[in-house]
Amino acid sequence: MNSVAFIVIAILTLAAALAAATLQKLMHAALSFAVTFVGIAAFFFLLGAEFVGLVQVFVYIGAVAVLIVFTILLTRHDVEKERGFNWSGVVVAIAVFSGLISAIFKTQSVSVAAPAIPALTVKHIGEVLMTNYVWPLQCVGLLLTAALIGALILVLEEKG
Amino acid sequence: MTDSLDQIFVRGKQSLLASMAHAPDWLVQIASSLINIFALLAVFLTLFALMSVLERKILGRIQNRYGPNRVGPFGLFQPVADGIKMLIKEDIVPARADKIVHFLAPVLIASTAILALGIIPYGRGMTPFTIDGGILFFFAVGSTTELAVFMAGWGSNNKFSMLGAMRAIAQMISYELPLIITVLPVVMIAGSLGPDTIVAAQAGYVFGFVPRWFVFTPWGAVAFTLFFVSGLVESNRTPFDVPEGESEIVAGHMTEYSGFKYATFFMAEYIGMFAITGLGTTLFLGGWHAPIRMLEFIPSYVWFFAKLSALLFVYVWLRGTLPRTRVDQIMNFAWKFMLPMAFTCIVAAAVWHYTGRGLRGWLWSLVVIAIVYTVLSALLDTRKKFAPRTYRFAE
Repeated sequence: MNSVAFIVIAILTLAAALAAATLQKLMHAALSFAVTFVGIAAFFFLLGAEFVGLVQVFVYIGAVAVLIVFTILLTRHDVEKERGFNWSGVVVAIAVFSGLISAIFKTQSVSVAAPAIPALTVKHIGEVLMTNYVWPLQCVGLLLTAALIGALILVLEEKG
Repeated sequence: MTDSLDQIFVRGKQSLLASMAHAPDWLVQIASSLINIFALLAVFLTLFALMSVLERKILGRIQNRYGPNRVGPFGLFQPVADGIKMLIKEDIVPARADKIVHFLAPVLIASTAILALGIIPYGRGMTPFTIDGGILFFFAVGSTTELAVFMAGWGSNNKFSMLGAMRAIAQMISYELPLIITVLPVVMIAGSLGPDTIVAAQAGYVFGFVPRWFVFTPWGAVAFTLFFVSGLVESNRTPFDVPEGESEIVAGHMTEYSGFKYATFFMAEYIGMFAITGLGTTLFLGGWHAPIRMLEFIPSYVWFFAKLSALLFVYVWLRGTLPRTRVDQIMNFAWKFMLPMAFTCIVAAAVWHYTGRGLRGWLWSLVVIAIVYTVLSALLDTRKKFAPRTYRFAE
């Protein structure tokens, strides 16, 4: 049953990703990109990572997708203009793909039997974040605050 | 007797599932989910129909008129007539609209609204979809509504639609922050993201008669008030119905929708309202627990829906009483008042926890909230900035 679900989700996710890359209208591409995010969240659920899946939906659909859509709306773009084929994009894509593939083949395969998953995952994540990973957490918090202040300074009207 | 009445729906489902004991495991699982889904849809679509007519009747009372009273006894069949009218109306799609996006927006908004209902415990052992991070699921699903509203606004290819969608998204994002942050103290105190655990944490009574609901603590009362206001905004209700302010931008993102698609939007709005009030009941009003020990013989789901109806009545009452607020006022209120107060709730809850959760903790958390409230209201007081109004051209 899991493998069937995997195949269905994989096909949907890949189709949405392909649509996001090829659709002519930017808005359609952005919306199908949101579908890709849902597919990735579904993968997390399938792997039993409930919390990560929920955060994926929450952050990527609720915030990132809305942000992308807003950005498209608020910037000027010419839909009618014919776009030439971008060869540099193909080069970058092939480079990233081959890099990932070589990395995948170099890592030793994980044992098929999954390790025992702790029962209270959300609670566990909270505890680990507050003990082992408290420094990275603080750094991310600082970075986000700095970004917030920067954004505010950019949009503040100059007085006088 | 009382126990069997309380568990009548749970037992009914179990006996239904027991009748197909020979079926494979996955089939039983699917059947169990389907039963839950059908029960949920039946209950809440009926509630939607009832609510739509009762709201108009209550509004009528408030505005000193009768309200609908022609169709059936007391006008109770009005929703049926409305439904038939909506179904046989022409479905108009603008010629320049983006057909696919225009069609998908109501589908997405309705399905996410219904999904959010799944995690709420409606009674003892009556949670349709038990999940460890239930509260997170609620907000994750709820956050997709913004995308749906945007699709409706953009897909219609209409200036009013687009403006309405922009307004809706701006206020939804602004109020999602206080909404989620007011939930945090409850999650902290209950120590869980699961709605069932949160309801269980509110069982019992203090001094033998005050129920241990979170709304009866200072932080809980403040958090509940903030949650309620944010919920009003999230469900686009008066006084925060700026996204569809008909005197300014026709009907906002729903301008170009007619017939059944419009009805779907309307339904999604009401279902979203039920979901947010249901979550408020679960988090602060003790879920399905009875308020007095003597009344515990009444089934748990009756209590849940009684609390839900009381909150919904306040929604209608506010709609009949308050005028619409201005866009900038809504935004200022969210960022300058709601958000700091929501953070204060977290601190107050922590103070309550570390001073022993008793009377002492109660007083200390009240002190924290009172101090922040006084400072905040002194800082935000803008009365001095307005000079007496002068009329230059009216002499």
